[in-house]
Amino acid sequence: MMDHHTQPAHVLHELQFKTPLQEYSPEVRQLVFDYTLQLADTSLILSHRLAEWCGHGPILEQDMAMTNISLDLLGEARNLYQYAAELEGKGHTEDDLAYLRDAVAYKNPLLVEQPNGNFGDTVLRQFIFDTFHYFFLKELQNSTDHRLAAIAEKSLKEASYHIKWSSEWVIRLGDGTEESKKRMEAAIDELWTYSGELFEATPTEKALQELDIIPDYTSIKAEWDKHVAQVLQEATLALPQDQWMQSGGKYGRHSEHLGYILSDLQYLQRTYPGQKW
Amino acid sequence: MQAATAEKVWQLLEDVYDPEIPVLSVVDLGVVRDVQVQGEEVCVTITPTYSGCPAMGVISTEIRLKLLAEGFANVEIDTQLRPAWTSDWLSEAGKQKLEEYGIAPPVEPTGNVNQLFGKDVTVRCPRCKSENTKLVSQFGSTSCKALYQCNDCLEPFDYFKCLK
Repeated sequence: MMDHHTQPAHVLHELQFKTPLQEYSPEVRQLVFDYTLQLADTSLILSHRLAEWCGHGPILEQDMAMTNISLDLLGEARNLYQYAAELEGKGHTEDDLAYLRDAVAYKNPLLVEQPNGNFGDTVLRQFIFDTFHYFFLKELQNSTDHRLAAIAEKSLKEASYHIKWSSEWVIRLGDGTEESKKRMEAAIDELWTYSGELFEATPTEKALQELDIIPDYTSIKAEWDKHVAQVLQEATLALPQDQWMQSGGKYGRHSEHLGYILSDLQYLQRTYPGQKW
Repeated sequence: MQAATAEKVWQLLEDVYDPEIPVLSVVDLGVVRDVQVQGEEVCVTITPTYSGCPAMGVISTEIRLKLLAEGFANVEIDTQLRPAWTSDWLSEAGKQKLEEYGIAPPVEPTGNVNQLFGKDVTVRCPRCKSENTKLVSQFGSTSCKALYQCNDCLEPFDYFKCLK
């Protein structure tokens, strides 16, 4: 344990987790590390996208809603990066993992890096993600990995507010004016193709599912289908039929958008390495 | 210093306040989960209210500074995520202080909280005590608050959200 008395004040802000790491073989530990990073990247990138709305929301209350959701996701990302850094055991911090990895090392699904577009586009992207996130966290809190389970239990309470927010807005806009409905239809056309990747299991995810460390996505997909269909119906929007889905983000093959996000997000650490608040 | 007890540390922590809601101590807020004392060493376990709550860093530092100032030689702050914080851990005294400060304290939901557009709670206006109030936004000035408005006195006010 480090002696905190000799540390400069800014270091005191880093929160300490004392719970010992679970015993994993090096192979399983690597899998859990990779997967934890993937979850962290997903929350961080979506958090960053929502933060781009800060000061630009259509009305003040919704500006605050989007930045609040952004903050919850950032908190979740921090918890996950801190865990990943401990699993990695190379002395890296959460900041190193967020600020010093290139786009190909990021494993977030493509959905979360898609541009904000108009408010309707952001609402729909959030709705697709929140519905997945909510039902996923519900399962992950039963994980045999104590730390992932604890992070999920914590974030689930917050995610239950998120899914409500985005579901209500899909309904308001879909069943709103002619213009808002048109925009929601366009958003569905644009973003639906990114929904499939959320449920696609990479070899890392399959291996962890077989070890019962993370949930199988079949039942989560069924819950997602049910909720999405209900909300779209109430929003008087047509449920898209099965179609070809985009994929690649979880393997590090990203759209051009991620590079722009990272150049903004990582600018300070890349330009002035080691800077702290 | 005299041999301190955990009880004494709990008392000291009553003087450490939430930087964003300065009427609540960290004990009122329910973020202090455990205190262990061994001689001049103390370990305080805290839990965040919300994952991204920016006050946690400050709270952790202030607990440390308070206990160092009181003569503890070594102060350790451990962060625990599970069991996750719930607004049920807010003390009764804390709820009263909140209302006096102008923030409506959390109310037990009566309806289905997952119901879309549902009115799951009746929140009382902290100013005129009317129960004729409306939700303006589920998200407010900090993670733990929602924005309400009173239909009678028209005052907008913060509501400390129920989190379960």
